[in-house]
This record gives sequence, C-alpha cells and structure tokens, in this order.
Amino acid sequence: MRNGPGLFSASWALLRKDLAIELRTRESVPAMALFSVTVFVLLHFGTGRDTFSGGLAAGLLWVTLLLATVLGVNRLFVAEREQGGIDAVLLAPVDRTAVFIGKAAALFLYLVLLEVVAVPAFALLLLAQGSAVAVLPLAGVLLLTDIGLAAVGALVAAMASETRARDLVVPMLLLPLVVPLAIAGASATEPLLGAAGSAPELLRWLGFIGVYDMVFLLLSVAVFDFLLED
Amino acid sequence: MLGADLPGESWKLRGQIGYLGHDPLLYRELSVRQNLEFQARLHGVAAARVGQVIDGVGLANRADEPLRELSRGMVQRAAAARAILSDPPLLLLDEPRAGLDPAAAELLEPLIGRQSGRTRVLVTHDVEGGLGESDQVLGLRGGRQELFEPAESVTATRLRELYS
Repeated sequence: MRNGPGLFSASWALLRKDLAIELRTRESVPAMALFSVTVFVLLHFGTGRDTFSGGLAAGLLWVTLLLATVLGVNRLFVAEREQGGIDAVLLAPVDRTAVFIGKAAALFLYLVLLEVVAVPAFALLLLAQGSAVAVLPLAGVLLLTDIGLAAVGALVAAMASETRARDLVVPMLLLPLVVPLAIAGASATEPLLGAAGSAPELLRWLGFIGVYDMVFLLLSVAVFDFLLED
Repeated sequence: MLGADLPGESWKLRGQIGYLGHDPLLYRELSVRQNLEFQARLHGVAAARVGQVIDGVGLANRADEPLRELSRGMVQRAAAARAILSDPPLLLLDEPRAGLDPAAAELLEPLIGRQSGRTRVLVTHDVEGGLGESDQVLGLRGGRQELFEPAESVTATRLRELYS
C-alpha cells in the first residue's frame, strides 16, 4: 500500500467533504430541524395543553430528537452509494476507520445543529414560561448523548446503505439500538427541565451514557472495516 | 499483482490502481476542483498536482462549477483526472472514451492511452480501437475465455466473431 494520509487527516478530509456537500444541498440538517419544530408545533396546538414538564417533557424532547436523527442517518451514505464516491474512497490508501470517524463526526455536527434549533423551539412551545432550565448541564447531556447517536448512526447508515430498502432498514436497526441511550438521555434531562431531581441521579445517568458511547465507539471501529469490504 | 498476493493482500494495492469506468466516482454537488482536492487529501498527493491534472484534461475554465452542471464528456474528463491524480502504476479502464468527442479523446491520450507509459487493463467493445492500443488481448464470450494472445497475432475479424 502506498503511504497515504494519517487516520485523522483522512477523517478530516471526509468530514470536510460531507460538510461541503451538506452546505451545497442543505438536505439533512434543515429536514431534521423542520421535522422537530413541526412536531413541537403539533404538540403545542394539538394536545390541548400549553405546557409539559418533568419526565413527559424530557420524553417528548428525546423521542422527537431520535426520529429527527433517523432522517439524518438515512441521508448519511446517500452520496457515497448513489454517486459511487465510496468506491473511490476504497481505492485510496486510507484506513477504513477514517470513513467511520468522518461520518460519525458529520452526524454529530448535524445533531448539534439540530439541537441549536430544536431545543429553543421546544422550550418556547412546550415548557411553561419562566421554567428553570439548566442550560449548561442540558447542553452537556445533549452532547454526550449525541456521541452515542453519531457512533450508532454511522454504523447503521453503512449497513443500511447496501440494502435496497434503506429507508426501512435504518429505523428498524437504529431505534432498538438507541433505546437505552434515549432512556438515559431522557432520565438525565428530566431534572434539568425544572422537575425535582438529584445531582447523584444525574451523574449516574451521565455515567451510563458515557459507557454506552465508549462501547459503541469501540464496537463501530472494530466492525466498520468488514462492513465496507463486504 | 504489483507485489501483492491476491486476493488476501488486496489492501496492498490501495493507492496503486487508477480506475476509470462508466461511473465517474465523483460527487455531483462538488466542483471538479473540490472533488480532486478531496481525492488528493485521501491519496496524500500535493495540492499543486490538482491544478496540473485539471489543466491536463482541459477543464481549467470549468473547474469550479458543480459536476452536475457539466456535460457527460466533461464529467468523463474529470473522472480521468481523478484516475491519474495519484500517478498510479496500473490503470483499469472500462470504456474510458465513452461520451468523449474526438478532440477530448485525443487530449486524454497522453494521460490514459498508450503514451501514458502505465500498465493498463482496457475493457472495450471497440474492436479496432482496443486492438490498436493493446499488447495482449483477452477475448471473452459468455464470461469465458476464448482467446488470450499477443495483439499482433489477433485480427479484428476474429474478435468480431466473439459477438456472433
């Protein structure tokens, strides 16, 4: 094999390419954000109640974010498979792990951008005026959970991209895998939305999310080579 | 092949094969330059080489337009630039001149033709054209080998019989 770029140079190149395509097409992030805001508007006007709180509010936020994530995961490998870009990448002297890192990093950034739009909309439409939202801890929970979502999402996107029914396969594979993450994310978010909750409980859920992130990052790195080769 | 025992050591060939086929293996939403800069980063090729190959395929004045806005022939020229960007010792060419007008085909000759000095595996239904630039000919019928001989001992008529 010829000497190629290092793992992180290749990952950075793949991430830059994905961001350039997203900037040009605006296919993923706007769709994810629009979906989330639409759900919050429907809940606001369709349920007959102005505000939600505690576990219900946290659950609604995370279910909406998860379904929006499905939209992003569905699009993650579209350019690679439909335009043959992945074949050119596989001919290059780069570690296949770079593809995983680049894709997971792109999805992570999409999720952060989604939350920048969706969480303020959620607070505005579904939380009571003057609710004490702990913004910084909430951002921490979201970012930590996004790492796990991005790792599992990139893995599932690569698996589903080889199938004809990609739009069906992604939610069928992704949602069961991220159920523990969604439960932990919602449980960690609940005390940050003004409901009663203790710091030790929050730390316990953050610890769970951290372990989940680590397990799926390592698992994804271990199997990604085989996914691309097959 | 190229020092690799296939198929077990196929990883050794990464970066040593340039492929040009029916699909350009380029991103439609990116410009020619963005596509080639991306490939250059993946192959560890100096950025200056991108400008050289763009000039070589005659796309300097369209290099910053999205690929989806270019004609089929221009996209094929961009794909040829991608295939030779890393200066690979082996080129796999599947109907490489599809969609090219005669002037563009002539432009690419020093890059992907016999003059390129590279080892090339050329797949084509253009009997005369393929025979004219081959050293060794492999004829297939129904996926099975019918002939494998030096080009000078094979005639176009014999090759046409493979299609009958």
